[in-house]
Amino acid sequence: MSMPLLSILIFFPILGGLSLLCVPRQQTATIRTLALLVSLVELCLTLPLVLLFDKSTHVMQFVEQHAWIPALRINYSLGIDGISILFLLLTALIIVVSVLVSWEAITGKVQEFFVAMLLLEGAMMGVFCATDFILFYVFWEAMLIPMFLIIGIWGGPNRIYATVKFFLYTLVGSLLMLVGIILLYQYGGRTFDILKLAGQAYPLKLQLILFWAFFAAFAVKVPMWPVHTWLPDAHTEAPAAGSVILAGVLIKMGAYGFLRFSLPILPDATQLMMQPMLALSVIAIVYGAIICLAQTDLKRLIAYSSVSHMGFVTLGLFALNQRGLEGSILQMINHGLVTGALFLAVGMIYERTHTREIAAYGGLASTMPVFAGFFLLFTLAAVGLPGTNGFVGEFLILLGGFESRPWSAVIAASGLILGAWYMLWLYQRVFFNEVKEGMQGLAPLDLREIATLAPMAILILWIGLYPNALLGFLHVSVGHLLDQVHGVGLAGTGTALPSALAQLP
Amino acid sequence: MIQTAAVTWTALEPILPELLLVGIGVLLIGCDLFIPRQRQVLPWLTVVGCATALLMILGARPTSAFGGMFLADGYAMVFKAICLGAVILTTLISEQFWQTVDGRQGEYYSLLIFSLVGMLLMASAGDLMVLYLGLELMALPIYALVGMHKRDGRTSEAAVKYFLTGAFASALLLFGMSLLYGLTGTTDIGRIAEAAAAMNVAANPALLAALGLLLAGLCFKVAVAPFHLWTPDVYEGAPTLVTALMSIGPKAAGFAIFGRVVFYGLPGLQDHWGPILAVLALLTMAVGNITALCQQSLKRMLAYSSIAHAGYALLGLVAGTEEGMAATMAYLAVYLFMNLGAFAVLILLAAPGQCRESLDDCKGLAGKHPVVAALMLVFLFSLTGIPPTGGFIGKFYLLKAAFVAGYPLTVVGAVLFSAISAFFYLRVVRLMYMSEADHNACLSCSPGMRAVLGVCLAGVLGLGFFPGPVLGWIVAALAGS
Repeated sequence: MSMPLLSILIFFPILGGLSLLCVPRQQTATIRTLALLVSLVELCLTLPLVLLFDKSTHVMQFVEQHAWIPALRINYSLGIDGISILFLLLTALIIVVSVLVSWEAITGKVQEFFVAMLLLEGAMMGVFCATDFILFYVFWEAMLIPMFLIIGIWGGPNRIYATVKFFLYTLVGSLLMLVGIILLYQYGGRTFDILKLAGQAYPLKLQLILFWAFFAAFAVKVPMWPVHTWLPDAHTEAPAAGSVILAGVLIKMGAYGFLRFSLPILPDATQLMMQPMLALSVIAIVYGAIICLAQTDLKRLIAYSSVSHMGFVTLGLFALNQRGLEGSILQMINHGLVTGALFLAVGMIYERTHTREIAAYGGLASTMPVFAGFFLLFTLAAVGLPGTNGFVGEFLILLGGFESRPWSAVIAASGLILGAWYMLWLYQRVFFNEVKEGMQGLAPLDLREIATLAPMAILILWIGLYPNALLGFLHVSVGHLLDQVHGVGLAGTGTALPSALAQLP
Repeated sequence: MIQTAAVTWTALEPILPELLLVGIGVLLIGCDLFIPRQRQVLPWLTVVGCATALLMILGARPTSAFGGMFLADGYAMVFKAICLGAVILTTLISEQFWQTVDGRQGEYYSLLIFSLVGMLLMASAGDLMVLYLGLELMALPIYALVGMHKRDGRTSEAAVKYFLTGAFASALLLFGMSLLYGLTGTTDIGRIAEAAAAMNVAANPALLAALGLLLAGLCFKVAVAPFHLWTPDVYEGAPTLVTALMSIGPKAAGFAIFGRVVFYGLPGLQDHWGPILAVLALLTMAVGNITALCQQSLKRMLAYSSIAHAGYALLGLVAGTEEGMAATMAYLAVYLFMNLGAFAVLILLAAPGQCRESLDDCKGLAGKHPVVAALMLVFLFSLTGIPPTGGFIGKFYLLKAAFVAGYPLTVVGAVLFSAISAFFYLRVVRLMYMSEADHNACLSCSPGMRAVLGVCLAGVLGLGFFPGPVLGWIVAALAGS
């Protein structure tokens, strides 16, 4: 296969986005249609990847390698394995539904909006494809610019505060990671190639420093407790499409970063830091869920539920066993779909009512029955009902957590109960009870909106019933990742672990 | 009987570009005096002259002339290209600027060219005498240029401030040079390095005093804290066009002599100047970035930001390695495009009779002039150092060089200050894109301005996406010198 499929995947939306600039600003209908077309073609472009992907090997596939900046030894090198391919699919899908949900919601600066969105898509694809650390960093930071604009220009009333907070949080984290990358370069044989950097036996002290430097970037992005505070603001104030992209893809990148960098490159430090990381995850799960109970704002509630759900993801990740990791990656996809779908739904209802106050809603089940049906499915998936995708992921994570550190799974399970509480209570308040004033006569979902929600609903059920469709991609790559984590051997296990215990918060 | 060596004209070959520019400068005075109605040719004459000089410099082989006093090596070539680029670009926007300000402009171009010759001499200085000569030749016309608006009190104040502090800095520098001459018996930078290497540094306080005085003088010239105090007032008071030039051309030339003196002249003392410069670089970033946070004037904010960027550029000298020097050069090359781009937009915002320099004047720019706002967006993100712009590549190169040279904590400090800087650059973006306009500004854009904005955009993005050739050229030039 000589076609540079991954480069096409990265640069097609970027060029497509720039080509929108050629359309006169007033022709918003053309711009929207073109943007949808570009995102649909991009989705189709991921199909050859799925079909040609070889599930039986852990090595990078569709590899491209060119010298980019020889003076700095930076290469343009791309490649995907079983872990990253799922995120490419998710990203392409999320962008399509985001374009659809912005169809009528975005009225000002339409051209800029869709250009920003497509540029963002290109950068996100790049993050998941890059196998050179600096190339990864370039895409990672480049994402910030369009996202900053999307929240800041088309967001809610408090958007400027939210977007600046989002930008600064992520920038500080990323810059610390940049220093870490340079440190790694210095000790890892003067290369930025991720594959060459992995599997070298670094001194434990160096690994720990690097672990925390990477933690700064990835934990902010996930977001892990206690650096999650940008997320509720950003999610709440972003336009519907922005929230969907944030929840669907952007925050997955933090966990992806742990998977791609922290685990394989710094195995000893990862094992040493396992307990503190599990503890932070458990705190995020319970804390996020409790905060959800106190929310009065629809979007804010879903935002905090993301904190809780991402706690599950990091829990599975740092369980460091096959079940936990697979569950964690699956749960990232699930969360992207479910929370993305919830934000889509909230965006649609907000267009009709222009309020996010939960108290203002009531009785929607009788005024918008189709919408209520979709929302019910998403709610149940978020709760983790068997038969939906949420169940598979959370179950695997709890299993993995229990195998690794039973206490973490025991406490995390309480998050499930709280999750059912806040989601079902939300559903009850919004859709049942008597019909509130201003909730009568809302327009039913039109075809475009159903077309937006339907693929999410189908995927939720499909993954719930046949998770192996996705897990099949993961087995070999995750197995290899675990070999990397456990294979090198823990330097001084006996003495190091007690000191790690002492660092428990 | 005085013996004179026969003038061998071939010996003048290395300084032909400078001689050409001197000729152009004289011609510009002549044109201004004798054909006053044809003043519109002056900028074009300047641009053509500079472009020719640029081509000559880029095409020349590395040589030295006048017994090593004048070095036309790769090191000089890179800095000369940056200075010439700054002059060419500012000249292209000068037409637009003088239209809005409506001042007499004849002498502007000749002064500019003479100052440029000074900058080129500084870049080529192989001897402390030439270095000082170039410095003064660069500075004197700039003093006059800063005070160009004779009726505006602000610019006169700026000119006087700049002159007094500049003269003071020159005195410090001279004192340092004379001590160095006294200790080594030569003013040739190469031989100073040899002599200083043979000396026992610890037992020689005079050498350290010389180093301290030199550093203070040089830091004055490139506006490194705590010697930066003249910068905000002078930059704010000077005509915006001159500010744009000053923030790049003389600064690049300043870094050229900085590098010559500390990197080539006193490499043996690196243990002494390295840590000092590291602290000064951090202090500069702190002062520049934190003070810029609370500015209401866009011009003054850019002045503080240029202080901060001097701090970043200093990181390469801190490293004291060839890689570090290359990083500083690369950063200045990127800085030329991004900073000049931002200043060009600032000049574009101004209307006849109004100097729209405050941050509020950016409000709602994206709604009225989406292209201008988008350009400013790119320049500001580049100044912040966000990929995929050139600002990131430049900053990354510097951080890497300083880190590898053994200054990890300085690098951590630098990235934290860089995060702080995001706040005030973003404030401009916020005002442009996320606020409504107060007034209906109607911008007119001259062809020269369009060209400059295009070149700056191409430079910032080109160095962001394809920095390979330029970085390779700089590394090769430095290695060959």
